Amino acid sequence: MPRPTVRVEPVKRLSVPHPGAAAPSTWRGLAMGRTGSDLAIAILLGLGALATLAFGESYWLLGSQVAITMIFALSVDLLVGFAGIVTLGHAVFFGVGAYSVGIASVRLGWTEPLLGLLLAAAVAALLGAATGVLVLRTRGLGQLMLTMAFASMVYEIANRAKPLTGGADGLQGMVVSPILGLFDFDIFGLTAFLYTLAVLAAVVVFAVLMTRSPYGRSLVGIRENRVRMQAIGTGVQKRLLSVYTLSAALAGIAGALLAQTSQFVGLNVLHFSLSGEILIIVALGGAGRLWGALLGAVVFTLFKDRLSALDPAYWYFWLGLLLAVIVLFAPKGLIGLVDRLLAAGRPKETA
Amino acid sequence: MTSFRSLVLGTAVAIAALLPMAGTAAAKAYKVGLIASLSGPTASLGQQIERGARLYQQMHKNDLGDDTVELIVRDDTGPAPDVAKRLAQELVVRDHVDFLAGIIFTPNANAIAPIATQAKVPFVIMNAAASATTKASPYIVRVSQTIGQFTQPLAQWASQQPDIRTVYTLVSDYAPGLEAEEAFTTGFKGAGKSVVSSVRVPVQSPDFVPFLQKVKDAKPDALYVFLPGGTQSTALMKAYQSLGLKEAGVRLIGSGEVTVEDELPNMGDAALGVVTGFHYSTAHDSKANADFLKAWQAAYGADSVPTFMAIGGYDGMAAIHGAIAALKGKLTGEAAVEAMRHWSAESPRGPIAIDPDTRDIVQNIYIRRVEKTDGGLRNVEFETFKAVKDPGKAK
Repeated sequence: MPRPTVRVEPVKRLSVPHPGAAAPSTWRGLAMGRTGSDLAIAILLGLGALATLAFGESYWLLGSQVAITMIFALSVDLLVGFAGIVTLGHAVFFGVGAYSVGIASVRLGWTEPLLGLLLAAAVAALLGAATGVLVLRTRGLGQLMLTMAFASMVYEIANRAKPLTGGADGLQGMVVSPILGLFDFDIFGLTAFLYTLAVLAAVVVFAVLMTRSPYGRSLVGIRENRVRMQAIGTGVQKRLLSVYTLSAALAGIAGALLAQTSQFVGLNVLHFSLSGEILIIVALGGAGRLWGALLGAVVFTLFKDRLSALDPAYWYFWLGLLLAVIVLFAPKGLIGLVDRLLAAGRPKETA
Repeated sequence: MTSFRSLVLGTAVAIAALLPMAGTAAAKAYKVGLIASLSGPTASLGQQIERGARLYQQMHKNDLGDDTVELIVRDDTGPAPDVAKRLAQELVVRDHVDFLAGIIFTPNANAIAPIATQAKVPFVIMNAAASATTKASPYIVRVSQTIGQFTQPLAQWASQQPDIRTVYTLVSDYAPGLEAEEAFTTGFKGAGKSVVSSVRVPVQSPDFVPFLQKVKDAKPDALYVFLPGGTQSTALMKAYQSLGLKEAGVRLIGSGEVTVEDELPNMGDAALGVVTGFHYSTAHDSKANADFLKAWQAAYGADSVPTFMAIGGYDGMAAIHGAIAALKGKLTGEAAVEAMRHWSAESPRGPIAIDPDTRDIVQNIYIRRVEKTDGGLRNVEFETFKAVKDPGKAK
């Protein structure tokens, strides 16, 4: 009985540095450069949030939607960037989270926001675990199709279940209690902004710790070489299912936040275009890098807002052009650009 | 890029030109926040609303004396209630608009309703047609239409036709389609009249041929159709013709979207004789409509055809101008809604008024037939149901 556990432990530790070591530069140097970019982006985003808080009162609402998109992007990056699971249906968890708090408030009268987040996370996680069992049996294109199929099924169910979800007219009359019984949601969106920022901070800390843990490293290992990880005794399927469930729960939290701050849920939270958009955001920021996904979410949402205000009819064109330019000149995403900028800056200072 | 820059430049010049007017003693500058879906697959609908609204302003720019009305246009990107709600909130807190207006999709209108109530800003709905929406806020005034409003008169008309005894209904499988199906089924009654079968087709790019084949086999006297409009209506018409339903004795009747003006030229002779019930036709015979069409084509080109969406935008701005004029500089949210509740006008679609009890539109519904006229295919009105209210409110 004790033998297998003893055997698995040391092998797992050995496997940790392997994917990094396989890369051209040394493991240590890579970590240093990457940490530099992460730190730069973290400082930038933090200052941006503070400045918005202090001076941009008419941008608080947008700020809360940016923070929600960041959480959603993070959940997708954990899957796509770290574990190598592809998905074109992640909006299903976002939407189920939104509908969970919406239905709990409208039909059952449960209006407490923090408990609502927990509820949304639990429901989304449950759905994630249930669909994950099937989705993770396949890989690549099959996986893409399965996630899409599940998402469109849930979309159609929500469309039909009119007494529960309000169907295409949306779920009306949602009430959200003040947070901790103290802070009511105001029309300027200050409460919404601070609330989503706080949840975002918690999620980011959690995600950073998770990806640095042996568990997070093992996910990268599975992405890089699944057979090898299996051969050295990692429970590949179990880990993939757990990260799928976890990612679903985070997406559910993001959806719940959107429902709570806009106090309305429409079918669009389950729509395929949202699944596609969030994947674009992750790719734009740089997949496999948490701070890349976060930066991507900020840049995408802000550009979308500004462009659509400047040119309400043709802003999609400008957005497309922008994305094309970024992908052409920064194939590793925005964070790759930051890496390069920092690397270009450093030798000049030292040499 | 140059066209974009010139657009910005043009707007800037226009605003600069308006500024001196705003500076004179008694003049007031009002702001209207117009939210519509201006990008993506439904962009043409949003464009109709915006053009309609701008056309009204252009035609009536001197009506308010020195006062000015500025349109601030925002794109809600389609059925996206969270985006629409945020835009409305920003228009209220950032731009301090006096009116909210626009909205094509019902969920977006429902999401904005609480903002209108909270901020006490009148909210003029220019399309979103689900019956219950006006109940979502006491600040909502609707100038467009409801689905029951134009469906029931058609059902009533069909009930009166001796040669229409059995009807097959075909609707798009989404909330408005289901509302239309219900309204037609309840309205079509009388001795020996029955709806023999009802089918719902996918909202997005359905293939009509298998559905219409089943209709042909069922041999009803008429096929009632509700579709979201656009190219789908043309696809339906092509299938109706190629399967020979007309020759098989199945008449086609439906809501106005089925023979919507901007698609009629693409339908060709297949559409001839199709009977629809609706509130606006470009063939409506009145001076107001003639003036409107002339101004439309002068502004947007001879090829451009206004639809009921444009009429919604046009009349919405008319209601807003009406409220501003009635209040003579003492505009508050409540007062504006009160003024609009008693507003009536001669619209290009015919006489319209707001029902003071429900804040919903009261208008004539016309039964029209597609005929060939000098200007090509048109929906020619031949029967009028006067001053129809939304039947959904009576329930």
